[in-house]
Amino acid sequence: MNKIKVAVIGPGNIGSDLMYKILKSKHLEMGLITGIVESEGIKRAQAMGISTSIEGVNAVIADPAIKIVFDATGAKAHLNHAPLLKQAGKIAIDLTPAAIGPYVVPCVNLDQLQEEPNLNMVTCAGQATVPIINAIHQVAGAKYAEIVASISSKSAGPGTRQNIDEFTETTSRAIVEVGGAHKGKAIIVLNPAEPPIMMCNTVYVEVENPDEEAIRDAVNRIVKEIQLYVPGYRLRVPPILDGHKVTTIIEVEGAGDFLPKYSGNLDIITSAAVLVAEKIAEKLLAKEVHA
Amino acid sequence: MSKGIIHLLDTTLRDGSHAVSHEYTLEQITAIAGGLDAAGVEYIEVTHGDGLAGSSFNYGRSLVNEEDMLVAAARVIKNGKLTVLLLPGIATVENLERAAHCGAKAVRVATHVTEADIGEQHIGIAKKLGLQAFGFLMMSHMVPPEKVLEQAKLLEAYGADIIYIADSAGAMLPEDVKARIGIVTDAVKVPVGFHAHNNLSLATANSLAAIESGASFLDGTCRGLGAGAGNTQMEVLVGVLSKAGYQSSVDFYKIMDVAEDLVEPVMHRPQVVRNSPLMLGYAGVYSSFLLHTYRAAEKFQLDPRDIIAELGRRRMVGGQEDMIVDVAYQLAQTKNSV
Repeated sequence: MNKIKVAVIGPGNIGSDLMYKILKSKHLEMGLITGIVESEGIKRAQAMGISTSIEGVNAVIADPAIKIVFDATGAKAHLNHAPLLKQAGKIAIDLTPAAIGPYVVPCVNLDQLQEEPNLNMVTCAGQATVPIINAIHQVAGAKYAEIVASISSKSAGPGTRQNIDEFTETTSRAIVEVGGAHKGKAIIVLNPAEPPIMMCNTVYVEVENPDEEAIRDAVNRIVKEIQLYVPGYRLRVPPILDGHKVTTIIEVEGAGDFLPKYSGNLDIITSAAVLVAEKIAEKLLAKEVHA
Repeated sequence: MSKGIIHLLDTTLRDGSHAVSHEYTLEQITAIAGGLDAAGVEYIEVTHGDGLAGSSFNYGRSLVNEEDMLVAAARVIKNGKLTVLLLPGIATVENLERAAHCGAKAVRVATHVTEADIGEQHIGIAKKLGLQAFGFLMMSHMVPPEKVLEQAKLLEAYGADIIYIADSAGAMLPEDVKARIGIVTDAVKVPVGFHAHNNLSLATANSLAAIESGASFLDGTCRGLGAGAGNTQMEVLVGVLSKAGYQSSVDFYKIMDVAEDLVEPVMHRPQVVRNSPLMLGYAGVYSSFLLHTYRAAEKFQLDPRDIIAELGRRRMVGGQEDMIVDVAYQLAQTKNSV
């Protein structure tokens, strides 16, 4: 069966988790993982028999067979990588906050974006909450949406910590641009409890039309859809209405592919990224058949 | 003979904001800020209870726009420093820049006691903006003194001018305060402060324990108005410090007058240790959860003490007000299924 060859830039926690998920994919072939030093992640990939390089983006550009590239480095690095990847005709899936291309949340707007050369995966909280906001918006009209993401301290890496503003700002923008709310606000709280807490997200939506049944149905539908690619995505508290305010709480348990199960926050963004790549790969494969 | 000068920060218009559900009017802010300034208070903190950008569904909406609030206070503060609170994860550098533009002279960058590194960016920007930068470690009762010290050292390395140890849950006994303040003051060069809550009726005693262990900054609020059972009562603290032989810049009579004439009339309820705030201190739960817990208890027909005890068991931290509904919902489900 045909597969599309992909590469991962950045062999850290996110990059390594992506690699494990790509290895399980029907349509994706784990072609290459690159870094800039002989890191633990590079050694791990080598031990698994995967091609590696410490030439970063250059090694990816040098291989014309690679069609889709996951960038799991940082915002600054991706600003350099993006034009090079575009020039080389590769589709970039950006897991950094660089956000050169449009935000993509698979179950909300992927179908409209498949021709884009660069897609940004928002944030973990964006992947977890924007679908709920959009589902409620579709049936009840979202005037304002606010989310609170609680994440275990252990699963918030140095990138998030050094620029936590980027997290709240990007998530707020996606609440509006992808979720459909007129206004958005995002809050993140890190909790150091042991054993680590599961990622938990509270979604508040101020609706125009507080139709409880329609809201509950819409939320249940979207939760089932997300569970297809994130099995550990669960409704903790189904929509509660208080006047025009709707409160919904969801929990995300990770698949435990490479990262521990409490890192549901990382799992949801890597799962979403791989799903995006699979959809693009399906299209590319269909084109090959027709050609 | 004086034992030394204690710097006082009044947070009636920030922590006290919790106790009035963030419903201060511009007139009240102007009157109280002006009164505090005239009484000689060095630092006057004015923000939503959860800091800049705190106005939200999760923490409650402010009656007054944040920038209007700061401009009104800045206009009447002549000698003191208008101070704002910033919780990284809620507010951003952009909020801080706007606050500085509105006249803020100092910022307290507050993180959970184990998460100081998320405030590095904001402390750095505060210094660039020419603001005095406080590092503020919340919920310090949750970790041993050595961990508090490790995080305090980070704050010092980031450039914090003053480091605060906060007993946000009002859960500490004087010995707990002494252990934490003592180890930090011995190891850092910058001044150290203490922020108390009165959930176990120990706010003033703990504040004294803090200065006996080397702290030189203390927080208070008029009439003790604040989250949970409130904070250290400022006018009482000024009297106690004087009796204990310490100096401050605050005039005893004038601060009493601000409390009685300006703050007491705006209070929604007397600031006493009712059962639920007592549970907050006992279980070590963030003080500003109180009013949200009352609302959830009513909605789900539960005893607020049960909600608070469960929040404590789950080791929830500041800012996780959303988990009150989660806990209440789960408790109600369990109760109904029995």
